Amino acid sequence: MSVLNMQRIQLCALKRNRKKLLTALQRCGVMEVTDVGTEDSMFDFHKQPEAENLVAEDMQIAKEALQVIDTYGSKKTKVSSLTGRKALTTEKYEAYEIEYNHIKERALRITQLARLITEEVQENRKRKAQLEALVPWITLTIPFSCTETNCTAVFFGTLPNAWEKSNIENLFSSSSATEKNILVEVISSSKLMTYIMVICLKQQAVEVHSILRDASFSQKISNSKLPPRKEKEKLEEEILISEDKISEYIDLIKEYEQYQEEFQFLFDDAQVRLEQCEVMKHLIETEKVFVVSGYIPKAEIAKTVKSLQEKCDVAIEIMDPSEEEEVPILLKNPAFSKPLEGTVKAYSLPGKGEIDPTTVMSFFYYVLFGLMLADAAYGAIMVLGCTFALLKYKNMENSLKNSLKMFLYCGVSTMFWGVMFGSYFGDMVDVVSETFFGSRISIPPLWFFPVNEPMKMLVFSMLFGVVHIYTGLAMKLYQCIKQKDYKSVLYDVILWYIVLTASIVLLLSVDVFTKTFGLNFQFSKQVGDIALVIVLVSSIGIILTAGRESRNPVKRLLKGLYGFYGITGYLSDVLSYSRLLALGLASGVICTVINKMASMVGGGIIGVIAFILIFLVGHAINIGINALGAYVHTNRLQYVEFFGKFYNGGGREFRPFTMRTKYYKLDKGER
Amino acid sequence: MNFLVMNGIDKVDNLGVILALLGAALAALMAGIGSAIGVGKAGEAAAGVLTEDSSKFGKILVLQLLPGTQGIYGLLIAFLTMTKVGVLGGDSDLSWQKGALFLCACLPIAIVGLVSAIAQAKASVASIGVVAKKPEEFGKAMILPAMVETYAILALLISLLAVSGVSSLTL
Repeated sequence: MSVLNMQRIQLCALKRNRKKLLTALQRCGVMEVTDVGTEDSMFDFHKQPEAENLVAEDMQIAKEALQVIDTYGSKKTKVSSLTGRKALTTEKYEAYEIEYNHIKERALRITQLARLITEEVQENRKRKAQLEALVPWITLTIPFSCTETNCTAVFFGTLPNAWEKSNIENLFSSSSATEKNILVEVISSSKLMTYIMVICLKQQAVEVHSILRDASFSQKISNSKLPPRKEKEKLEEEILISEDKISEYIDLIKEYEQYQEEFQFLFDDAQVRLEQCEVMKHLIETEKVFVVSGYIPKAEIAKTVKSLQEKCDVAIEIMDPSEEEEVPILLKNPAFSKPLEGTVKAYSLPGKGEIDPTTVMSFFYYVLFGLMLADAAYGAIMVLGCTFALLKYKNMENSLKNSLKMFLYCGVSTMFWGVMFGSYFGDMVDVVSETFFGSRISIPPLWFFPVNEPMKMLVFSMLFGVVHIYTGLAMKLYQCIKQKDYKSVLYDVILWYIVLTASIVLLLSVDVFTKTFGLNFQFSKQVGDIALVIVLVSSIGIILTAGRESRNPVKRLLKGLYGFYGITGYLSDVLSYSRLLALGLASGVICTVINKMASMVGGGIIGVIAFILIFLVGHAINIGINALGAYVHTNRLQYVEFFGKFYNGGGREFRPFTMRTKYYKLDKGER
Repeated sequence: MNFLVMNGIDKVDNLGVILALLGAALAALMAGIGSAIGVGKAGEAAAGVLTEDSSKFGKILVLQLLPGTQGIYGLLIAFLTMTKVGVLGGDSDLSWQKGALFLCACLPIAIVGLVSAIAQAKASVASIGVVAKKPEEFGKAMILPAMVETYAILALLISLLAVSGVSSLTL
């Protein structure tokens, strides 16, 4: 309904009570902390960067520990927003806090285990690569470390492509070394690579090596002292041992799984302390006292002051925020409209002097959504689904709860319009009765079938649009009066009301218009003439006043003309509501398509089975796609057509100093 | 036209039905092609974002689906035309003039559906970029592609009104 009235609050207390006071304040969760002022001879900003680093470290440890449990354990540590966070009482919280050091030790131990596992895994990867490299050499009977004897030099290595032994020996035919002095052994070869060993006399070593190098020989350097086969066995054994170690570590980690809740506490506790560190940056202090300042909703003051003063001595000063301050925005709405605060926030929060549009918007929102989906059965499915989830998971997070409530109300509206337009899974009743029972039964609509009378629906859609737009202008009127901007009330709102209303009357007196839309009433010619005069006079009024900020008369006139050009905007705004007809028909006609397809198989048992299958799949898809369409276009109509008339936004969100925890609810609930 | 008529165009069997069905086919075809291209493009961008942060899946899926509606509008008009013509069971006797009118009635959603789906996909891709960097701006990011859809809806509206108008004519 409204933007909450914010007050400035300033607390002053002894430094030794700081932790106590800040924790109490955090539990209240209703105050946004801002800078008090600047440093001077008496007050200094609070500086303690080490504390923040410690907290960040705790948080990192807890996070890693939980990740380890997620990876190796059997339980999931994440909290789904459906089941919500568990509540943790103050006593239990304090009990955990005493255990803090033990918990941290355990968390460190478990992360250490995970690190050991990673090391072993990496080692094994290395070992496996080595094994891979040994495969072609497996028949070699001497170790790679044996590169020379007393008189000979030994080369191990590879030549690209496939080589025969004789081809390699031919390489040396032109050299001083005779065949007898050289031993070439092909260990293995493939299309891409030939693995060879060459033994020659030491004095020829340099020459042999250079010949080999010319043939793109690449030497294998390894300090392995075992022949490849032995080396392989050794590596395999090492891998086995290491895998045993890994499973041992995993077993150890699983033992730590029971401490998962403690690690979650550690994380949340770090989060809470991190928030405190953030707040500390804003407070100033002398040797003995500190001051903290910020905003608080007026309604919360009494309760907060009481609970703070119970904890320790504190001086509290409340004052009105000054004019130029940018006060944070917190909205308050009745339960019916509250789910849509998020939608307003997604556009922008009310700026300075603007009103909270949520409540007025919510009525239109639900009606528009219902008009676009307009099927009693779909609405019933939404209502049942949301009610079930809301009742079953009472502890779910607020954001999800609000979305579900929004769709619940949208579902009610969808049902209502479905009954009005006689749509129950489209024409399911007709189709089923005709296909399986032989006689056609229809449920008559309470109002009319839009498929049969699209023009009527179009007129209704636009009429609804006119109401929506007029409401938008009324919001502007209210806002202008509140800001005491009486000139705008007359020039920007009332003149437009007159122009628009007179234009509608004028259109309704024209034959062509009423015939096209099939209306059965028409204003007389005289009424039309009077309306025309009113339109002209008030248009001139708009042209003269729309540019009133400019002093230059030419500029003023041009701006006025431009202002009047806004009438095309109103025209396109009204036409934009034709999407109510289009989307409403779309969901209705697709229902018909699905029912028709389902009934094409015919009667009998097979027909029934096919019908049920096609019916379920088809309608599931249809409800999904059309609910999405209805949601998107309802938002659009609110954001563009409705907000465009009066709302700019630009407000800053109220961010209270509270406990934004991930796993436990530590305070009475989040805002 | 007179030339054609003199040469017996109205003697071709079922020409009316052929023309009307051509219209229905075009509506489903072109709008469907547009949506397929559009959803595909948006899907590529969406997949890119998911590699970085899979928790945005819900939001990004909505943005990917936005250019998909044109195909549904096309299907809707195609189906409506086929019902009115009587292809889906019933009597399908139609003069060629009326068939041609059905064809015309199908054109707005066929052509606008094709083009607007592709244009909307571009806006969707850009909006997916917005959500990747600033997930809290999802509300605004969703509205930008939805603006393009307005024109598909207007075309759908005209096609709807025209199809139901033509079917009540006697030619």
